[in-house]
Amino acid sequence: MKLKGKALKYGDNIDTDVIIPGKYTKTLNMKELADHVMEDLDPDFKNKLQNGDFLVAGHNFGCGSSREQAPLALKHAGVSCIIAESFARIFYRNAINIGLPLIECKIDEIKNGDILEYVVGSSKLHNLTTQKIIEVKPLPQIMTSILKEGGLVNYLKKYGCYKL
Amino acid sequence: MGMTITQKILADHTGKKYVEPGELILADVDMVLGNDITAPVAIKEFYKSGCKKVFDRKKIALVPDHFAPNKDIKSAQQCKTVRDFAREQGIENYFEVGKMGIEHALLPEKGMVVPGDLVIGADSHTCTYGALGAFSTGVGSSDMAAAMMMGKIWFKVPETIKFIFNGKLNPWVTGKDLILYTIGQIGVDGALYKAMEFSGEAITSLSMDERFSITNMAVEAGAKSGIIAPDQKTIKYVEERSNKPYNIYESDDDAEYSEIFEFDCSQIEPQVALPHLPENTVGISSIDHILIDQVVIGSCTNGRIEDMRAAAKILKNQKVHPYVRLIIIPATQEVYLQCIKEGIIEIFIEAGAVVSTPTCGPCLGGYMGILAEGEKALATTNRNFVGRMGHPKSEVYLSNPAVAAASAVMGRIASPEEVIKNAV
Repeated sequence: MKLKGKALKYGDNIDTDVIIPGKYTKTLNMKELADHVMEDLDPDFKNKLQNGDFLVAGHNFGCGSSREQAPLALKHAGVSCIIAESFARIFYRNAINIGLPLIECKIDEIKNGDILEYVVGSSKLHNLTTQKIIEVKPLPQIMTSILKEGGLVNYLKKYGCYKL
Repeated sequence: MGMTITQKILADHTGKKYVEPGELILADVDMVLGNDITAPVAIKEFYKSGCKKVFDRKKIALVPDHFAPNKDIKSAQQCKTVRDFAREQGIENYFEVGKMGIEHALLPEKGMVVPGDLVIGADSHTCTYGALGAFSTGVGSSDMAAAMMMGKIWFKVPETIKFIFNGKLNPWVTGKDLILYTIGQIGVDGALYKAMEFSGEAITSLSMDERFSITNMAVEAGAKSGIIAPDQKTIKYVEERSNKPYNIYESDDDAEYSEIFEFDCSQIEPQVALPHLPENTVGISSIDHILIDQVVIGSCTNGRIEDMRAAAKILKNQKVHPYVRLIIIPATQEVYLQCIKEGIIEIFIEAGAVVSTPTCGPCLGGYMGILAEGEKALATTNRNFVGRMGHPKSEVYLSNPAVAAASAVMGRIASPEEVIKNAV
């Protein structure tokens, strides 16, 4: 799967409370979650975001609550992939489990608005604006497989149990 | 090479003699937990998978505590989803309003987690049970769903960072202060993916309630888990509450740690975390006249009976400052009832506090104490992120219960000594 979109860049320690505030978590309506994504951090986020864009951040992205509503809100708002220097571990698992690709890499070579291209599972991220290639940290095999199936439930439907 | 307590628990739940940090394992779980925010998503995924029955109806705990008693129609629907699932599946550990308490105070109190257990919960503060010498960690709803189907979960065995707390605690310093201090030292991602093992003379001296406050906040340093080796206090606590068999594990002398920190407790005073990260900690003596609008005493971090007693000690014969709203939330029905028996609720109400039924409520900006624009709150909770307790332009400060109670009296962030001194 090839992803292409522009970078929307933010800082370190983006927590799940600003991704989707607690007050909005009491619903299974994905559109409602998507409508409020990132609003406490950047009220203009929804307007800046076009379908397929990459969310780029610094260290410890997704720290805080285990709410799976956080990656779900980003995915349903149209974010195709999240790039960060590092991720909080529960968010990391959750994003993969719902089929939202993540990339762990250095972000110095990515500026807000740059056009990025990435083939899911590959070890290289292309910055089409600067023509630079950025090395990315590989995912464990099991996570690549879960992503390939579009998420954990589909993965388990296919394989019946975890294949480590 | 020896193993840490965390490696030993994971090895035993994988059917192996030895596991090493970085290894991927498939482990059996002893308990799977979910609440009214995370379980509905998990239940939806559970059914989507085609699964009909949970792996073991005795090893699942469902606790609607975040928006319960139902805050509004949406939360009522969420709680109903959980309730219907619990009834259909015959889940033994479903806790209805009236029996419900904040999950991470409730499970240990009911004896549902014992030393050596492996617990996963769709709530980040599931790491709390490490105080019992169990391995416990937070996961999301999909992992919860999968564990409800199979009773298994995959993990990467974490490296462990050891924290040794030497010496005796200064007056008014609690377990909460030790963990705030630690997060201040290593940062909110200082233990990312790792296990935090807490030890030393000062940890041994702490009660179980204070130990729970420490492991509860391991996730605020990015950790996968926090753990304290069981001792006589742990065994007494567990045997008073549980018939479950337990296993005591200890780290080997030659166990490998990725880092070791030693802290001198004589240098640690009561801590306050300033907005908007738990790592922004300072000693109470360096706080300069921060006026507050609200104080919250409760949560999975500090809603246990000793927290209530600590607050009552300060609030006895005192009045809450006229510009402050003091909200106190005992974490479980048992804590609430014990407060009534000890006359603590009377002290709270006479001081001018409101006392609520158990709920996570204000901690996550759910209900029961939402902040307006520009307001400041001091809370005994665990997170002070932007907008955590309400308006994105409100502020949350974190502290222990005695500091919170003293601050409610003074109308500004204050040391308990200021109130006690004035009372003499």
